Amino acid sequence: MTTLPEKTERKLGLVIDLDTCVGCHACVVSCKGWNTENYGAPLADVDAYGKNPVGTFLNRIHSYEVIPEEGTPQLVHFPKSCLHCEDAPCVTVCPTGASYKRYEDGIVLVNESDCIGCGLCAWACPYGAREMDSVEKVMKKCTLCVDRIYNENLEPDDQIPACVRTCPAGARHFGDFNDPESQVSKLVTERGGIDLMPEQETKPVNKYLPPRPKDTLEEIDILAPLLKPVAEKPDTFIGWLNKQLDKI
Amino acid sequence: MKDQPYLDTSPEVSDEIRKPTCYMCACRCGINVHVKNNKVSYIEGNKDHPVNKGVLCAKGSAGIMQINAPSRLNSPLKRVGPRGSGEFEEITWEEALNLATTWLKPIREKYPEKLAFFTGRDQSQSFTSFWAQNFGTPNYAAHGGFCSVNMAAAGIYTMGGAFWEFGQPDWEHTKLFMLFGVAEDHDSNPIKMGIGKLKARGARIIGINPIRTGYSAVADDWVGITPGTDGLFIMSLIHLLLKAGKIDLAYLSQFTNAPVLVDNDTGLLLKDKNNKELVIDQKSGKLVTYDTKNISPSLTASYKGHQTVFYHMIDKYLSDEFSPESVSERTGIKAGKIRAIATEIARVAFEESFEIAEPWTDFRGKKHETMIARPVSFHAMRGISAHSNGFQTCRALHVLQIILGTVEVPGGFRFKPPYPKPSSIHPKPHCKVTPGAPLDGPHLGFVHGPEDLCLKQDGSPARIDKAFTWENPMSAHGLMHMVISNAHAGDPYKIDTLFMYMANMSWNSSMNTKGVIKMLTDTTDSGDYVIPHIIYSDAYSSEMVAYADLILPDTTYLERHDCISLLDRPICEADAVADSIRWPVIKPDRDVRGFQSVLCDLGARLKLPGFIDDDGNAKFKDYADYIVNHERKPGIGPLAGWRSKSDTGKGPPNQKQLELYIKNGGFWTKHVPKNARYYKPWNLGYQNWAVETGLYNSPQPYLFSLYVEPMRKFQLAAMGHGKQQPPEHLRERILTSMDPLPIWYPPFEETVTDNDEFTLHALTQRPMAMYHSWGTQNAWLRQIHGVNPLYVPSKLMKSHSLKDGDWVRLTSIHGTITVPVAEMAALNEHTVWTWNAIGKRRGTWALDKNAPEATKGFLLNHLIHELLPSKGDGLRWSNSDPITGQAAWFDLKVKLEKVKPPSSSEPVFQEIKSPVEPGPNIILQGQS
Repeated sequence: MTTLPEKTERKLGLVIDLDTCVGCHACVVSCKGWNTENYGAPLADVDAYGKNPVGTFLNRIHSYEVIPEEGTPQLVHFPKSCLHCEDAPCVTVCPTGASYKRYEDGIVLVNESDCIGCGLCAWACPYGAREMDSVEKVMKKCTLCVDRIYNENLEPDDQIPACVRTCPAGARHFGDFNDPESQVSKLVTERGGIDLMPEQETKPVNKYLPPRPKDTLEEIDILAPLLKPVAEKPDTFIGWLNKQLDKI
Repeated sequence: MKDQPYLDTSPEVSDEIRKPTCYMCACRCGINVHVKNNKVSYIEGNKDHPVNKGVLCAKGSAGIMQINAPSRLNSPLKRVGPRGSGEFEEITWEEALNLATTWLKPIREKYPEKLAFFTGRDQSQSFTSFWAQNFGTPNYAAHGGFCSVNMAAAGIYTMGGAFWEFGQPDWEHTKLFMLFGVAEDHDSNPIKMGIGKLKARGARIIGINPIRTGYSAVADDWVGITPGTDGLFIMSLIHLLLKAGKIDLAYLSQFTNAPVLVDNDTGLLLKDKNNKELVIDQKSGKLVTYDTKNISPSLTASYKGHQTVFYHMIDKYLSDEFSPESVSERTGIKAGKIRAIATEIARVAFEESFEIAEPWTDFRGKKHETMIARPVSFHAMRGISAHSNGFQTCRALHVLQIILGTVEVPGGFRFKPPYPKPSSIHPKPHCKVTPGAPLDGPHLGFVHGPEDLCLKQDGSPARIDKAFTWENPMSAHGLMHMVISNAHAGDPYKIDTLFMYMANMSWNSSMNTKGVIKMLTDTTDSGDYVIPHIIYSDAYSSEMVAYADLILPDTTYLERHDCISLLDRPICEADAVADSIRWPVIKPDRDVRGFQSVLCDLGARLKLPGFIDDDGNAKFKDYADYIVNHERKPGIGPLAGWRSKSDTGKGPPNQKQLELYIKNGGFWTKHVPKNARYYKPWNLGYQNWAVETGLYNSPQPYLFSLYVEPMRKFQLAAMGHGKQQPPEHLRERILTSMDPLPIWYPPFEETVTDNDEFTLHALTQRPMAMYHSWGTQNAWLRQIHGVNPLYVPSKLMKSHSLKDGDWVRLTSIHGTITVPVAEMAALNEHTVWTWNAIGKRRGTWALDKNAPEATKGFLLNHLIHELLPSKGDGLRWSNSDPITGQAAWFDLKVKLEKVKPPSSSEPVFQEIKSPVEPGPNIILQGQS
């Protein structure tokens, strides 16, 4: 049983904009590329060219169809990685203390040298955000690119998670939720950012911006004011046109 | 409580960052390749690069698995078993190049046209076409004919540029953005970045697409249109906007051929003796050339019974055949919805307009104090293009843009240099063959009348693909999809050698895959192959490898020099001209060579004039040498950067050029002056800058062609006028299809199919995370897209008692496939679709024979034929647009029935013997 800090100095996390995410998987692969080279053991790909290729990913995109009672069906792309919860059940359940939440920034990490690969944390996580590496037998999860965000070998504007840096649509934002003036805090306020599954009482740090209402252009009957005909037939149209041209 | 473990938060990232250009798709983003111990360790976007500004898609980030792919070819191969067996022996490059020379030399000396050289997804077309031109064969093209030539040609003929490489929405200012038929992969990062910008400021996006995925998934409004009817929908919008007077009259009068007079007898445009279009000046009432200073061209005046183009447009588009009620059923869009969209377009274009205080001067010398916004923009791609009515549909979309005045204005659509470029200054196609000598000019171009067609003296097609013939006069990109079929049929003639690059013709790049495989392996009575020699270059063990006699293994994109040239398909942005390079950031670990360098070598061995010096020795050591030292015209070469001190883009070769590109992050860019940012075709500021930068020889202002006069010339020929006459069987089709104002007609397949039986449309698109076949072997990407079910609309799933994972037999008039299904609600209810090029043949791409790509993956290609069904007239009618020859992939109609699950998707192809070893079971990328 590992304890959680009561409060962290900063509260770093992501805002993921579901109105903007086009589901391109750029974040998925960029994350894989960075993290297989960096923090801890490589992210193995097993049966890589075979029947059932299974690799470890710290971030995945799921796509869901939303079918309203009335109106047009929609497709929502939903990127999912560790939400760095304030009340992270994956930390408290860890028998060796390998799973921990950092005091300084709230990032939830796994200390791989202490991880015995028991998998309890993955069971405890209601979001399915942890993956056991099948070769190394240690638990893998999003590190919020802890080896990028403070990395003095990177240029200052590169000191952000790989998924945020690469996102072509700009649907991912990184920052400190303890700072009300941060871009992430403002986005949450302006766009009504939400917790994923709040009923689980995990207090996730990452927030999602919900899709804006869709298909709001209402059908217009024949009396559309902006489309009021200036003429019905070519000859009367020319008459209208001549009047307009005189004005130019 | 334990202390937190020590963590090094500043680890070394890599030894070095090298900055070439991506090639994981055709987007051509700048990349930072991190190198550790001389191996690629990580790839990310280059922040300074004009295309992607630091971002990178899934494909680009997975490039590392493309370098490590077990499917990479290792050395030149010579076929030793029958074609298709996969039996090869490894040979040396000297043997390979000698063999190629032995085949090609006699052809060049006697009949150069017996070489067909088609280069697929080539990004070096200005170079490969130069090689083919020097060889002397008329038979050269890349893959444009089966991709999006309708889009490119319609754009260039109408307004001197098209979507994607030619232009882009004004992402900074647009307030309403409409996307038509854009598959998820086009144009990868810039569209996503643009959508991100619109989303950040809450601008409206409308997706017109039978399938709601990708960009249409985030669109604020989705219109699930019936495939092949986009033209009708667009013309209905034109109808409503015209009728309501919601059009930009000043723009039409000044910048388009709307005021130009049409000869009442011939339908040609009235012109003066210098061939300049004539208009009536509103002020003086005089007949004057369109470019006369200080005139106001009249949209309504007539001259001796000759009416303006605009008059003819009104006559056509005010017709009730284009009313929302008339097109609603066919398009599957409710009339009220069409009206709502037209209203929104009108509102944003005219009520949300604004002005940018930037004075500029037009080509008539008129000074404008501001630039007036029409903040509605459009983008379209293959969805509307890959139909047999695609050219006219693409034209209709441009006409819609133009009547709104949204092209080259703030908030609308903007050209990217070197565009705009009127169709008249593009080359015309050339096809004059002289044995032992180069062709008389560039292969591909823009025809302006029957006199420009590529016909032999006897009227038969000069090219193997029948491009630029009466069957498809404006086939600006050739017809790659017809090459093998025509060569096999000996129609118009037989060839000796088929030479291809990056084109998977025995699989996903051909219609009628099974038929093509048969053509490639078919023999004559004497036992020789009907197509005697096939040379193929690819970096990977693709399906096409087994069908070639000689394989020239290419490097990957990180191991070679390459250039993204202004002479080719450039990477410019609306505000800047730009080009870039690839350079070997790592060395190949095997006996492979960059294809372009191989062509330099082969060109020298064949003594092609452009490839040897005065002493007959090789002129270029390799492609890098060519990139630096080749001059197309004095001072103009493949790369425009660092040619002169003042950085004009022109100047003599600079031996340090590549070094300077590398130092600058792999690219060169020069910004468009502020007063030249909009109205480029008419803005003297832009025109003069374009001359200074080497984009034009002289200023080239022109009018947009709402009415495309060259099309009328073909109609006139079809009516019996002129010396050049079409064959009888094509007269009627030319007369109907080549209307100089956009029209709509049903896709051809629908006219030869029982639509009561084949009720469904079937489409494909590529996912954002995979490009063509190249992604399938990628260990990371195949975990994202390893299978491609047939997506079936909910209603149909129910009526056929289907659930996810069930199997159906899908049948078209050409063939049958058996495939797994998955339900999708956000889909046009008469449409099924799947991901393209996920399905793989057993034995290829170094995949396990039980890989899902081979057992469950499939291609729709088996259901699509390159020819329409026989009409009993003994003629071969191609399944292509009658104007451009664009492959009509998306005309496909099908029916489906539930079947018992087979052991594998059908048809099942025999396993090919792999020329490479299988891949490793486990990958631990980054293990130190």
